[in-house]
Amino acid sequence: MTSSLLFNVTTFTYLVSMLLFFAFLASRAKALGTAGIVTAYAGLVAQTGAILLRWKESYDMGYGHAPLSNLYESVVFFSWTIVLIFALLDLKYKYRVIGAFVMPFALLGMAWAQLGLHSGIEPLVPALQSNWLLYHVVTCFLGYAAFAVACGISIMYLIKAGSEERGGSTPAGGLMGMFPPIRVLDDLNYRAIMVGFPLLTLGIITGAAWANYAWGTYWSWDPKETWSLIVWFVYAAFLHARFTRGWVGKKAAWLSIIGFAATIFCYLGVNLFLSGLHSYGGGK
Amino acid sequence: MTTDQRSFLNSLWDFFCSLKLTMFLLITLAVTSIIGTIIPQGTPPQEYLQQISPAKFKLYQALGFFDMYHSWWFILLLYLLTVNLVACSIKRLPHIWKTITQPVTVLGSGLEKSLSSVVSFKAGGEPEALQAKVSAFLKAEFAEPVATESDGARHLFAQKSPWCRLSVYFVHLSVIVIFIGTMIGSLFGYKGFVNIMEGESVAKAITRSEKEIDLGFSVLCEKFSVAFYDSGAPKEFKSILTVLENGKPVPGYEHVPVIVNEPLTYKGITFYQSSYGNAGEYRFLVTDLDGKNAVPVTVPATGSATLPDGSSMHVLETTPDIAPFSPGLSGPAANIEIHTRGGASERVVVYANHPELNMEHAKHHGTGPVIHFKGEEKRMYTGLQVAKDPGVWVVWLGCLLMVVGIFAAFFLSHRRIWVRIQHGTVTMGGNASKNQAAFQMFFDGLAEKLKSECSGEKR
Repeated sequence: MTSSLLFNVTTFTYLVSMLLFFAFLASRAKALGTAGIVTAYAGLVAQTGAILLRWKESYDMGYGHAPLSNLYESVVFFSWTIVLIFALLDLKYKYRVIGAFVMPFALLGMAWAQLGLHSGIEPLVPALQSNWLLYHVVTCFLGYAAFAVACGISIMYLIKAGSEERGGSTPAGGLMGMFPPIRVLDDLNYRAIMVGFPLLTLGIITGAAWANYAWGTYWSWDPKETWSLIVWFVYAAFLHARFTRGWVGKKAAWLSIIGFAATIFCYLGVNLFLSGLHSYGGGK
Repeated sequence: MTTDQRSFLNSLWDFFCSLKLTMFLLITLAVTSIIGTIIPQGTPPQEYLQQISPAKFKLYQALGFFDMYHSWWFILLLYLLTVNLVACSIKRLPHIWKTITQPVTVLGSGLEKSLSSVVSFKAGGEPEALQAKVSAFLKAEFAEPVATESDGARHLFAQKSPWCRLSVYFVHLSVIVIFIGTMIGSLFGYKGFVNIMEGESVAKAITRSEKEIDLGFSVLCEKFSVAFYDSGAPKEFKSILTVLENGKPVPGYEHVPVIVNEPLTYKGITFYQSSYGNAGEYRFLVTDLDGKNAVPVTVPATGSATLPDGSSMHVLETTPDIAPFSPGLSGPAANIEIHTRGGASERVVVYANHPELNMEHAKHHGTGPVIHFKGEEKRMYTGLQVAKDPGVWVVWLGCLLMVVGIFAAFFLSHRRIWVRIQHGTVTMGGNASKNQAAFQMFFDGLAEKLKSECSGEKR
């Protein structure tokens, strides 16, 4: 068994899970929802195994580092954190249908990594040889993943709120009947961001601490740093918006989606389009 | 003060306290910050002018886009945000402070109506005994209660983590603490760099604004080395440094290896491995096509040298053994670039062990000169970033405050429970500052338990 094979199994499992969730949404057969979540859990277990195996493989090759060092590894890890956060949400609130809006993000990540990115295990360049790498990447990506889940929930909110506005007061019937009430979606969106925001804050702080330790500057307005601050501002605005009457519901959902778009740009756009300290994470 | 003035000041105060201003500032900061990530910051003007028109350059310069995070308007936005969060905190703090320090300990009818969780039931027995029972129950299950008698009723009040209501102000305070830390750093610290040749020492650093800074001691670079992986990717850059005071090594700061991610700190000044280079020289022998008029030429690693015929050359790279690159050949070789007086330039590999190849190349290309590689003297220097930032601990303190504050603000809740015992009726009410749904479940469980305990008394 190699990690590469296990990652392929993971990708396939996420695909099946997503399709099961779609079928669940269409058919409203409870068994399909259960099958969807069980498959997602199986994928999470397979992926956890694959990540650990890859970690071990890097030691076997004599490089020995956590699998968090290049774009392939980070996309795979991002995918893992998304399913993890979704699993935690499921354990607590049991809204299965959210899977139909979250699993596509996880699948997209895995498919892109497996099909489009260079998956070789490479030694660490001097700049990355630090334990801070682990603290920084883990906190950042758990935060990103919580925002991804919040984004999925916000999309659900907008669909449901939109259909209710069009006069579709569909009592329990139809596709919309499957969605949690918009009040619940609004609350879940807030709760996911409530998890993501402290993690992003920790991610920025661990990054600053690392930069200070490695270069003597905790903040240098590098594009990646600046974008992480932009994301932080957007979600800080979201949280303050909760205190004002006019910014719940739809506006909050849009703010959450904009926040996730900024997150994705911070993660990928900066590496692919802008130059800076984090550019080693980009390319193939 | 006239009424007009007062109403103006009031509206100014309301403006700075408003959450709308907060929203505006956060979103404006987010949007404007994008500019500096698209336009390169702090590049020399010539380079901008190659990319954009002079008119655009003037406009951007006037708007401060080339150093926008230090531009007056961006700093102004940050100041406004600070004023905003201080004003908001001042406005709301007294009320919150009162809630924490002077809790309402009596469950009056007005309070009862405002609570979402209220349970009432009959319970027999003496009021004193009942109060003792409820009091012990609250202490065991929730928190130590405060007892008050009022209007012939007995009231008990218990609360948990009231101070977590302050957490959001800690987050606000932390932002200010971080700002203070950055200011201390920019006022009393500096960032610079030094290049030290192997075997030499320096006592001064150069800041980014090209100012010389006296370190107060000197740093000796004993050795610099670089290691590579098999793939050719760099593995480690390492300087061996010794700190000297009055020319003498400082105990504990001798032969310290400094690599990327492992700096050396002495007297609040930290040295970070950042670059390196070779300041040695390459030796060549230059002859005519027929091998006569041999002239030795030395080319510095960081520059170029003039050849007898007036053209110049510099070295691109060298290898101690050419064999892995050109099978059949052996020995040292250099890849050089020659610039003729006519303005032409060409790149050529010259060898130490194969003079016939050097000759052949020169003949092939015209009249010479013929260049033979003779070897090199490597002299490495290490490039170190130098930083002093006395404010950094204040920044970390602010960060710690922020993280603790955010976690407390999101995940802790001020929970309060009131009990009134009157005319054989026990009324229990409660509320939480956050997560009402979870509190409701906790409250219902607590009420059930209390009910069964009080009815146990009757039996």
